[in-house]
Amino acid sequence: MADFDLPELKEYTEPPRLVEGAMGHLRTYPAAPAHQEALGFPGELVEGWHDKAIEKFDELLGQSRSLRVYLDACVRCGACTDKCHYFLGTGDPKNMPVARQDLMRKVYRRHFTLAGKWFPWLVGAADLTEEVLDDWYNYFHQCSQCRRCSVYCPYGIDTAEISMAAREIMDHIGKGQKYCNEIIAKVHKIGNNLGLQEPALANTLEGLEEDIEEETGVKVRLPLDEKGAEVMLVAPSADFFAEPHVDGLIGYAKVFHQAGVSWTISSYASEAANFAMFIGSYEQMHEVAQRIRKAALDLGIKRIVVGECGHAWRVAYSFWNTLAGPFDFLDPNYPVPQHVCEFTYEQIQKGALKLDKSANDHMTLTFHDSCNVARASRMGDRPGGQFEIPRAILKACCNNFVDMPADTIRDATFCCGGGGGLLTDDLLELRVKGAQPRMQALKQVADEHGVTHMASICAICKSQFTKVMPDYGFDMDSVVSLHQLVSNAIVLDGQAEAAAGPEEETEETAAAGQAGP
Amino acid sequence: MLTAAYAVLFYAASLLLAGGLAYKIWQYTKTPAPLKIPTTPAPLTLPGVALRMGRELALFESLFRSNKWTWLFGWMFHFALLLVLLRHLRYFTEPPWTWVVLLQPFGLYGSFAMLAGLLGLWLRRVAVERIRYITGPSDHVMLLLLCGIAVSGFAMRYVDRVDIVALKAFVLGLMYFDWQPLPADPVLLVHLGLVAALMAVFPFSKLLHAPGIFFSPTRNQADNAREKRHLAPWAAKFESTGK
Ligand code: SF4
Ligand code: SF4
Repeated sequence: MADFDLPELKEYTEPPRLVEGAMGHLRTYPAAPAHQEALGFPGELVEGWHDKAIEKFDELLGQSRSLRVYLDACVRCGACTDKCHYFLGTGDPKNMPVARQDLMRKVYRRHFTLAGKWFPWLVGAADLTEEVLDDWYNYFHQCSQCRRCSVYCPYGIDTAEISMAAREIMDHIGKGQKYCNEIIAKVHKIGNNLGLQEPALANTLEGLEEDIEEETGVKVRLPLDEKGAEVMLVAPSADFFAEPHVDGLIGYAKVFHQAGVSWTISSYASEAANFAMFIGSYEQMHEVAQRIRKAALDLGIKRIVVGECGHAWRVAYSFWNTLAGPFDFLDPNYPVPQHVCEFTYEQIQKGALKLDKSANDHMTLTFHDSCNVARASRMGDRPGGQFEIPRAILKACCNNFVDMPADTIRDATFCCGGGGGLLTDDLLELRVKGAQPRMQALKQVADEHGVTHMASICAICKSQFTKVMPDYGFDMDSVVSLHQLVSNAIVLDGQAEAAAGPEEETEETAAAGQAGP
Repeated sequence: MLTAAYAVLFYAASLLLAGGLAYKIWQYTKTPAPLKIPTTPAPLTLPGVALRMGRELALFESLFRSNKWTWLFGWMFHFALLLVLLRHLRYFTEPPWTWVVLLQPFGLYGSFAMLAGLLGLWLRRVAVERIRYITGPSDHVMLLLLCGIAVSGFAMRYVDRVDIVALKAFVLGLMYFDWQPLPADPVLLVHLGLVAALMAVFPFSKLLHAPGIFFSPTRNQADNAREKRHLAPWAAKFESTGK
């Protein structure tokens, strides 16, 4: 299907030779005027865009310490050059983190530093020409804001911060991206990325309740807009219908059921995702996050639990308190918000869940750490809980678990290739190539340890992998939701023991696989 | 004449260095970080952050994880430079502090290590394709400057010994605004000229990584977003009033 060459999977990660301009042709679809204007951005490239861009640049420099410091501090040591999955997968030198930053840094130098004003040739300063702007558009939309480069930079320079700022500037001169901006507008209007209306949502949840009852004989509820529930679950909307996401949602429902905690989904805030982070807009991110606060207040819930979604968990964990806090009206005995993994883990610790590991015996599993969870958030009360807790859940739910090589997991994890607002078909070439480092690590454990499935706790990762894995010779249903494994293993009170047997589970999983995304 | 020229040169360079750095530090301080963005796993408390920062400063921890060669050369250069700088304190103190005197022989090894580190880094700039791609003229100029300082320093010790008593008198004279003649040794003049140049370009170049690292939000923030509300002054305008 691909009209480009697939990168090869090798024995180990090896930086490719540079191929200048290898990805220069790839330009994500621009936002239509309607998508732009819905967010208050100009519909198309404005008159005098150059001066307006510099003006916005100046404003951001005054608002963001990271931007200011990172544009100054890079010594071009090259430590980050071989850390980006998009560089590793494409060989395009402008996908090396420092080179990506330099696209913006050269304009910074030209306009905001003495050296760049007086000796542009010496320090590599350049004007923001149309050509440079095009490079910005192409290459700042080839960064998934995964922060892997930041881990390895001696000064912690985070290219994600630069990409976000660049996208923010471009939005303000009318050069936004279709995928993100269209979606954000949908959230403002309807409450979720998919534009799923309340009746459709209610219908879906009802259907899932029926499915669970059919499968287990137990009535497990998936409540919508129930005032006074203890917990409000905020899940990525993909959990409502996409595969394997929905199996995760079923897993959360079973855990809540078994924990005996009343819970609800909100139709007003039916989306954990906050794509405004990808376009670097504090204002948009704030507006999207405020929906959560409003829903929590309206429903009178006491705790907020966030479903499996990487960037959403970053926004929730790291930013919600800033954007939509203080949450002093919620139960102070629990952190706000909590990750569904934290919730489930606590139940496992308490012994509240009966888990039959053999239900997952038909799989040998590995775990994909999602970038935003791994490098931009935490779970539990210790640093690194974001690695330990999901693995602890996995190990409680299955007998066969193997980690991928150490330099590709935990905070060294490779992006799935589709994060940061790039999960769109017009960037498919980038997505496939950017998945190469992860696929290589997976292939290694598949070959050496017979790994058959990879669990993930991110809606974007799951969608991206289902799409690109077949290109690398894996089944598209070899990516599974973490809570899908919980769902398989959990034995509900009153559930006929036999029904939870491995044969039954295998059938169910196979059926889910056929359904496809 | 020569003495006056170098005296003025050093006063100017010192002013640029101090003024420029103070301005940048003031600028970094007053620019808020609107969101919590530590690269996780991150320490949960301030002492933890100090420890993380300490490891970065003393051991170049992230660089070590990243690339062993760059780490080796980079670490060697920086710590040798530190030794050499401390060794030079003897020109600024009369009588020299005891620990500075004790340091002298090590400082000497330091200058070799410094040059070796610099040459290693330079070699990588030329030999590794990826690093060659991101290297610009100013990166070479900076290495040239530093190597020039190191080599002229060597030369004064091993080839063309300077009158260090007179030199020290000149330096102390600068400090107490009581100028003493500068020995007219060409190698010394080159050495001092390059040092002044380095001081002057410091706040206008990538040498800003030195103050910059202290202000890097991914490294200097504690991971406590859920426990402690963080709000930038400019972002307060978005706060909703009612509940
Ligand atoms: S690792 Fe950091 S300092 Fe080194 S080149 Fe990359 S961004 Fe610049
Ligand atoms: S944030 Fe991730 S995608 Fe962006 S440059 Fe860094 S490593 Fe590459």
